[in-house]
Amino acid sequence: MTIDEIKIGGMGASRRRVEDNRFIRGKGNYVDDVVLPGMLHMEILRSPLAHARIRSIDVSRAWQIPGVRLVLTGDMMATRNLAWMPTLSYDTQAVLATDKVRFQGQEVAAVIADDPYTAKDACEAIIVDYEPLPVIVNPEQAQAPGAPLIRDDKLNQPDNKVFEWEVGDRSATDRAFAEADLVSEISLHYPRSHPSPLEPCGSIADYDRATGKLTVYMTSQAPHIIRSAVAMVAELPEHMIRVISPDLGGGFGNKVPVYPGYVISILASILTERPVKWIEDRSGNLISTGFGRDVYLKGQLALRKDGRILGVRMNTVSDHGAFFADAQPSKFKIGLMHSAFACYDIPAAHLVAEGFYTNKAPGGVAYRCSFRVTEAMFFQERMVQAAADDLGMDQAEFRRINLVRDDDFPHRTPYGFLTDSGQYGKCLDLGLEAIGYEQFLKDQAEARSRGRLLGIGISTMTEPLGAGNSREYDILGIKMFDSAELRVHMTGKAILRTGAKTQGQGHETTWAQIVAHELGIPADDIVVEEGDTDTAPYGMGTYASRSTPVAGAAVAMAARKVRAKSRKLAAHLLEVSEEDIEWELGRFYVRSAPDRGVSIQECAMAAYSNMPDGMEPGLESVSYYDPPNLTWPFACYIATVEVDPQTGVWDVLRMVAVDDCGVRINPMIVEGQIMGGLTEAYAMASMQFITFDTDGNCIGANFMDYLLPTAWETPGFELHEVVTPCPHHPIGAKGIGECATVGGPAAFVNAVVNALSHLGVRNIDMPMLPDRVYAAATTGMDVSGAPPVRTDAP
Amino acid sequence: MSSLFEEIHTAPSEVPVRRVTVRVNGQARTADIEPRLLLVHMLRQGLGLTGTHVGCDTTNCGACTVLFDGRPVKSCTMLAVQADGHDVETVEGMGTTGELHPIQEGFKEEHGLQCGYCTPGMMLTAKALLEENPNPSEDEVRWALSGNLCRCTGYQNIVKAVLWAADTMRASAG
Repeated sequence: MTIDEIKIGGMGASRRRVEDNRFIRGKGNYVDDVVLPGMLHMEILRSPLAHARIRSIDVSRAWQIPGVRLVLTGDMMATRNLAWMPTLSYDTQAVLATDKVRFQGQEVAAVIADDPYTAKDACEAIIVDYEPLPVIVNPEQAQAPGAPLIRDDKLNQPDNKVFEWEVGDRSATDRAFAEADLVSEISLHYPRSHPSPLEPCGSIADYDRATGKLTVYMTSQAPHIIRSAVAMVAELPEHMIRVISPDLGGGFGNKVPVYPGYVISILASILTERPVKWIEDRSGNLISTGFGRDVYLKGQLALRKDGRILGVRMNTVSDHGAFFADAQPSKFKIGLMHSAFACYDIPAAHLVAEGFYTNKAPGGVAYRCSFRVTEAMFFQERMVQAAADDLGMDQAEFRRINLVRDDDFPHRTPYGFLTDSGQYGKCLDLGLEAIGYEQFLKDQAEARSRGRLLGIGISTMTEPLGAGNSREYDILGIKMFDSAELRVHMTGKAILRTGAKTQGQGHETTWAQIVAHELGIPADDIVVEEGDTDTAPYGMGTYASRSTPVAGAAVAMAARKVRAKSRKLAAHLLEVSEEDIEWELGRFYVRSAPDRGVSIQECAMAAYSNMPDGMEPGLESVSYYDPPNLTWPFACYIATVEVDPQTGVWDVLRMVAVDDCGVRINPMIVEGQIMGGLTEAYAMASMQFITFDTDGNCIGANFMDYLLPTAWETPGFELHEVVTPCPHHPIGAKGIGECATVGGPAAFVNAVVNALSHLGVRNIDMPMLPDRVYAAATTGMDVSGAPPVRTDAP
Repeated sequence: MSSLFEEIHTAPSEVPVRRVTVRVNGQARTADIEPRLLLVHMLRQGLGLTGTHVGCDTTNCGACTVLFDGRPVKSCTMLAVQADGHDVETVEGMGTTGELHPIQEGFKEEHGLQCGYCTPGMMLTAKALLEENPNPSEDEVRWALSGNLCRCTGYQNIVKAVLWAADTMRASAG
């Protein structure tokens, strides 16, 4: 009688993914796969210079090319008040440049033609006369006296500073440092990186003049925010805008912002009255869309001789490019950087953050992390290792002394967040045991005596996911709730829609498992749809690991509403009062006579065919979920490496990951997320960065220059789990999509630095390219990743 | 002029076109195309075979991998006219609607995909590998796939998927 939850694909089942059925047949439906009748094609002309005044744009030759339907410049956008648009961080961004270009790759003109080849030809026929201006490629140049003003378009913007922001208790922190036995200090750079989902960005705008309806297919992780933004930017009524985000070829934060290409394609469709498709090429994606990171840190820890951390000081300087276009909660200028040290018991902390404009692409997006927490946790774990070394203390023991204990929850973090649950010590111990810590230290000492360089690096961290509660978290004023709508049909099958947007995470599989867990309807009987703003309830989308913490909670709550109504239907069918009804998975029964029961499917049938007098027919529910707090998964990552002193090449010997993401809905998918995240961690530690020369030319504008790890370099991963359910989440889940990307990089860097620490090396900035590691190994000096500073600057 | 590729190319009459015949997934397809047309665009826009994806335009990512006379090639940097008279296999030719190729099954079984964008190219590269080497080691699989990028999975499950398929294919070959 009892339903086996695993068999129906409920919670804990490693259910094979339903979305795979189309992807493995090549039947996915990505934006570029969509073909509309009469569709035109758009191509964007980008600036070759990083900073230049536009003297003139001559589009006459482009118009002469047969097949060209429209050529747009900033001046023409301006006639519709569309030359500039708001960013998600209360700044403005040029859609097509009018006065000057502010980064290499900035959008200057667009051609709409019968086919993409013709559009490209016509872009090349456009002549732009540029007057080059001095270029700023890093925050140091941006704040130099007499630096050229990048944002001269803005009122009240006398310099290149975007913001100055502070958090924490300055005087308490000063006191902690005054009492310290030792102050450990380190300067770090988290280099600029690019999320690079394998599918670039694109859109198809289809304005129907007859109905006044605008439909936009778009590569968006947050289609509802985009709909609201388009309504405001283009001054179109929101109910006449339909954003459809079909299958996405990855996102990783790159597909959250509003990009000029989207806006241009919309105006082009309105003007041509034809559907207009814009598909970005890879170079366009790399040089113009949201990057991640690019933050400098000066960090200090106040230490007591016995290993206790008394206080933290962090000073960050971030490079935001030409437009402040981070996608993040509006109250926090440097995202959730102040979640740093959340897993440690530290009485005082203070952070000062400064952001600067430079002549680089805008961004600062949450690249597979929850709003700058990747930087926060990397800085934290590098500072922790440096402090352990400065104290001459074992790095594992130093962590154990300072980690928050299991009975200390709820715990106020150094910068004021509230964490609620975790077994940090257990995760650390499990990781140390799995890697064979004590034995490795012996092997390391023995290897060193023979000239071999082995290293071990630990990273322990808890990160804030599930933004967020409406008191503190909003984007452009829209509170960061999420939503689910569940319709159960009369035959007991169901359709579920949410405000999230899957891009590889497997929502179509896992959301059905939550419903199966709550209602006992087999997961195979539930179809999941996302990404169409005309049909899905309003949500803030998928990024910052917020889907399971927020939308997943909404799914559970929507299912519980259906169960509550079904209970009334069951009472009616069983002819007893509701109070006499008990629930077991998939079935209501009479408490005094357990054999008398009705299935959830029978209740669904009754909702349409035999409801009690006075009850509304149908079995549907909607839930908008406002989480009471963030969720706080914990992880312990431990890497061992061997460095070749002759070449600086380092190999990962082992990588052990212990993740506590709370209750796991689908363990197979959770593990897939962890392995993907660890790979991005390895990528950033080893090779992945976007840099610029002194003229602002992007080095890394294609996959020949911007290195991504392949199957050959990527190490294998050993996964372990601890489960501490989230006390406030309806199903006890905490989120997992980004933990490994956030916590992983420090484990690799700590390991390589550990391999060289006896030579005097204390830091190598990422990426740890062989030449950097070789320089450190041969000189015993630190290697900084700070970009070159122009010496001939005017 | 054939209207087959009108979607991608409505070249003015003075632009020269070339007639090509390509055997795609076992079926001969003939069209008049502009000589600069890339093979991937012929497949996607011309023939509607959208399972072949474009990820980088520079032969690096492998999302556009197809089998050209049985060998994996990146169709984003190959001209369609170069395929004249040759065999091309895309993901759409791997299995039938009812019956999947063991490699397709392996990718689902071992969770070898997340967003799905790299998957067709990965599977076709794997197919060429297994035809040449039915019993590859993990290292051989990793080396064979090293021209195909994946940003989601971290490759571990992709490797397992290919090994799963190799086992299954050897078992059914008896």
